[in-house]
Amino acid sequence: MPLLKNGAEIENNWLLLDQDSEAELKPDAAVVLPLARFLAEAETLAGRNAPVGVRLVPDDDAELLVPFLEWIQLVEVSFPKYTDGRGYSQAQLLRRRHGYRGELRAVGHVLRDQIFYMNRSGFDAYETARADLPSVLEALNEFRDTYQPAADGRVPVFRQRHGN
Amino acid sequence: MYRYDEFDARIVKDRVEQFRGQVNRRLSGELLEDEFKPLRLQNGVYLQLHAYMLRVAIPYGQLNGAKLRRLADIARDYDRGYGHFTTRQNIQYNWVALKDIPDALNDLAGVELHAIQTSGNCIRNVTSDHFAGAAADELMDPRPWCEIIRQWSTFHPEFAFLPRKFKIAVTAAEHDRAAIAVHDIGLRIVKRGEIVGFEVHVGGGQGRTPVLASLVKDFVPETELLDYLEAVMRVYNRHGRRDNKYKARIKILVTELGEAEFTRQVDAEFAAQRGHEKIDLPQAEIDRINAYFAPPKFSVPAKAEFELFEVAKKNYPDFAEWADVNLHPHKAPGHCSVTVSLKPIGGAPGDATEAQMRVVAGLAEAYAYDDIRVSHAQNLVLPHVPVVHLHRIWRALNEAGLATANESLITDLIVCPGLDYCNLANARSIPVGQAVQKVFADPKYQREIGRLHINISGCINACGHHHVGHIGILGVDRKGEEFYQISLGGRADEKAAIGDVVGPALKGEDVPGAVKRIVDTYLHLRRTSDELFIETLARTGAEPFKEALYATA
Repeated sequence: MPLLKNGAEIENNWLLLDQDSEAELKPDAAVVLPLARFLAEAETLAGRNAPVGVRLVPDDDAELLVPFLEWIQLVEVSFPKYTDGRGYSQAQLLRRRHGYRGELRAVGHVLRDQIFYMNRSGFDAYETARADLPSVLEALNEFRDTYQPAADGRVPVFRQRHGN
Repeated sequence: MYRYDEFDARIVKDRVEQFRGQVNRRLSGELLEDEFKPLRLQNGVYLQLHAYMLRVAIPYGQLNGAKLRRLADIARDYDRGYGHFTTRQNIQYNWVALKDIPDALNDLAGVELHAIQTSGNCIRNVTSDHFAGAAADELMDPRPWCEIIRQWSTFHPEFAFLPRKFKIAVTAAEHDRAAIAVHDIGLRIVKRGEIVGFEVHVGGGQGRTPVLASLVKDFVPETELLDYLEAVMRVYNRHGRRDNKYKARIKILVTELGEAEFTRQVDAEFAAQRGHEKIDLPQAEIDRINAYFAPPKFSVPAKAEFELFEVAKKNYPDFAEWADVNLHPHKAPGHCSVTVSLKPIGGAPGDATEAQMRVVAGLAEAYAYDDIRVSHAQNLVLPHVPVVHLHRIWRALNEAGLATANESLITDLIVCPGLDYCNLANARSIPVGQAVQKVFADPKYQREIGRLHINISGCINACGHHHVGHIGILGVDRKGEEFYQISLGGRADEKAAIGDVVGPALKGEDVPGAVKRIVDTYLHLRRTSDELFIETLARTGAEPFKEALYATA
């Protein structure tokens, strides 16, 4: 599935492991784990030399990741249905409240017309089968101004009006 | 009234182009209907029984002549020459073609109107007191805060896909005309010393589980309001139920968690906000928005003006009757607020033709400081009218069929579109309303009865607010036949209450007679002629009314 980040389509080199996968972690493979498994194995994972990521489902409490944000390199926030908006709060919490700086990737039912909101909520990567690169770039620039501060750091209109 | 600056104008313009693109992609088949649906909904476009419906936002119900005239143009150019004003102070057009909607939105943008977030599971149009800025009983004008909330909630990236729709209402008056107790968030503006702040009520709503809002915070200073709202919204977005559409409103979350636990969670989220997350609205911005709502410079009436008014009333009994019923006290001497009734006997409540809209627009511009409101009771209001102009305004309204003297009387019905238009409805509501109106058409009879609110919904979604009608009428479907359930004792004001269903549902043809029996029972039971129906009911209980209701002739 195409993965879009920083204005380009990129390779997805991450390996998603499920909760019970017995497969041994290859020492040099970048892996993404479900939250519960990540939490259970966090100590071991911290010692790896290869990148580690976590996949959140809407029910997950994103703030359980707070102690690990310095070293995890990818958080995948999944949208089983694009109408389930909990991922936006997960993203804002990680990016804005807790200063997470790694990749924040929207996965699942990711559509062109949600990407503007996703970007504002702190996402910087989109795995989507339903939107190509040009349309995503277009979506990101549909609005020149924003009324409220969010994780993307754009200066809201109410500050611009008063010169700061 | 608020005026767009370059930023507001650009945001609305960008929205028009965005929606034009979405419509084109839908028409070309690139977007599936299922994917297009939430996009069109967030722009007020519904697919109804017969056609697409466009709902245009009228933020906190405020219009001026130019805006209302443009709404008339939309009715003429894209619809069938009329529009329907709603209980959320918006307007709906029932016969627009999808391909025309981007052009209609572009026309609306020209007068600073839009359809943003008038539907969908997002924060909807903020509603308020239709006499805001005019009423003698208000602490201050609530509209600046409505506008601040409008801007904050517009395209809020975190709260566009909530569990369910979300409605905020603001009042600042002693008498609550914004029905804050039945909103997802109801805000009452209060003062502590010199500090302006808000009582925050959360979790009210109607629909199939009517609930009155809980007071979760008795004072949030104005500078912290938006941050507090963010905390409420985040708790709801994260924890509101998404497994069942009928349990997804915030009222269910508040009920299931309990008021105390819900409040604790909101307070914890609010306390967790870091400095850099705070919205921290600059005082200069609060001042800037307040300045747009400075009251007009009201003329000082001469004594002769009052005398002329008295003379006109004497000479024109119809005018006197209208003036007696449809005027509301104003804070400025020699002024009043006028209700322009959209409830003629036998009409479709809330409907106005394009010609009628133009008449009201012209009157506002010529005589009433160019200010017009939409009330949640589905009428129009001229909030600032010098007494000296009342007679000529009445004459013009009368000629246009807009001078029905029934504001807050029994024929001033709140009625949803029902099965005549709506694909959610189980039963028709407009014809039932019209039949009830006919029973009480005699102006003397109506005035004798006094203030009495009848609310009619065509289904359990309660768009006609039947739960809070003094007399509520709910259409239900019984094996393909329309029946109507009667409830008594609801009210939407500062003494908000949910009405109680009195007994078995009735056939449509029996509703007018049943309502008449209830009303005649009241007239018989009341102690004085100024004891309202709702007061008599509170005193006697529902028993005598039930007896009368089910008495077979």
